[in-house]
Amino acid sequence: MTTVRAAGILLGKELRLEFRSRELLSATIIFALVVVVLFSFAFDPTAAESRRYGPGLLWIAFLFAGSLMLNPSFSREQNNETLDALRLAPISPFAILLGKMLANFIFMSVAELILVPVFAVLYNISLAGIVWRLALVLMLGTIGLTVTGTVFSAVSAHARMRELLLPLLLLPILTPLLIASVESTASLFQEQPALDRTWVAFLAGFDIVFLTASWLLSDYLLDE
Amino acid sequence: MKARWFFTMVIAALIFLAGYAALFVAPDEKTMHAVQRIFYFHLPSWIAMFSALCVVFYANVAYLVTKKRKFDALGVAGVEVGVMCCTIGLITGPLWARPVWGIWWTWDARLTTTFILWILYISYLLLRVLLEDPEKKATLSAIFGIFAFLDVPLVYLSNRLWRTQHPQPVIAGGNGSGLDPLMGKVLLLCVVAVFCVMVLVYIDRYRLELLRNECDELKFEIESRNTQPANLGATSTGRAGS
Repeated sequence: MTTVRAAGILLGKELRLEFRSRELLSATIIFALVVVVLFSFAFDPTAAESRRYGPGLLWIAFLFAGSLMLNPSFSREQNNETLDALRLAPISPFAILLGKMLANFIFMSVAELILVPVFAVLYNISLAGIVWRLALVLMLGTIGLTVTGTVFSAVSAHARMRELLLPLLLLPILTPLLIASVESTASLFQEQPALDRTWVAFLAGFDIVFLTASWLLSDYLLDE
Repeated sequence: MKARWFFTMVIAALIFLAGYAALFVAPDEKTMHAVQRIFYFHLPSWIAMFSALCVVFYANVAYLVTKKRKFDALGVAGVEVGVMCCTIGLITGPLWARPVWGIWWTWDARLTTTFILWILYISYLLLRVLLEDPEKKATLSAIFGIFAFLDVPLVYLSNRLWRTQHPQPVIAGGNGSGLDPLMGKVLLLCVVAVFCVMVLVYIDRYRLELLRNECDELKFEIESRNTQPANLGATSTGRAGS
């Protein structure tokens, strides 16, 4: 079976699992919403200020929510010892990782799809005219977040205090991603929105580096 | 044993000599005066740190490929030594920055990069504490180490694009750069001395880790001998292949 097909089947399994309970997605969305709302209490944003602080705030909310959401990705398999079963299947370990990455990417995108309009309303930011460019930035940032996050979820799944450990491992690694996403989002929230090509290229580079690394290391990562 | 004692003494003498040279031999800097002398230990500690972390990267890759425990020991020893050198750099930097820049800290490219680097490798050590199974500990921390090492240039690049305030490289940094010849000599002495200290500590820490591994294995063997006297051979091989 090819890696892509196997990953597709695993993606289907992850999605079915999630849409039966919807607990992970709803918890993630509500958590990110709470972060955004709490920030507005702390800073009391007016329109000009929210242009300045908004992008950072939005991405901090995504990163925090993501680092919480990615936790069960592997620990759920760990609890029921289903990862061993997956490893016995005649598919490459990268397929397992890829299936989970895709599923996490979809969950995170759904959360963003709901959060960005809410954020725009709460912080008085007009999204008209920048929707597609913003979608590109969000997509590239989310790929980076879910690729590294899924790998680290597999790393921390074996550890004690894994819920605390995952953000500790993940957030420092994601600093370059955070800077690039915030800067490119900020240039879109300006009076004259523009897509900053340097930062978009940087985001794409980040995604490629870590996707390649996780492809190369997937054999060792899921080694039992 | 005798040779190690000898080398330790030589390196101790070297680091004292370097300290003396940095404080009393090197000429006074025109604008910064005495506070500039911290540079003779600031830069060498970074060089030592980067060398240690490059060895760590090699050890992490080598562990994944060969699965030999000695590379795991090499990795963890290097991270501890690297974090130590990084801490020295992070302490000497602000001490210098306060009188010269007027601030302790700024979110400049290099400062941010090393700070993130420091956090990353501390998380590496934390990850090792929280993982119990020795095989898993070695494999997963090696993977994390590789990711962390790959991240460092990206952190640097992103901050470079963002903003930078750190002094440009003094040596080979384009026009107007360059050191007084005597300063250069003192600096070289300090680099060599700090590097030697790093290597000495690194080797000792590596040996300690090997001894610890051996000790753990012996303990495990004794335990299994006590519980299952008949099944001795199977347990000691069973652990290595798990």
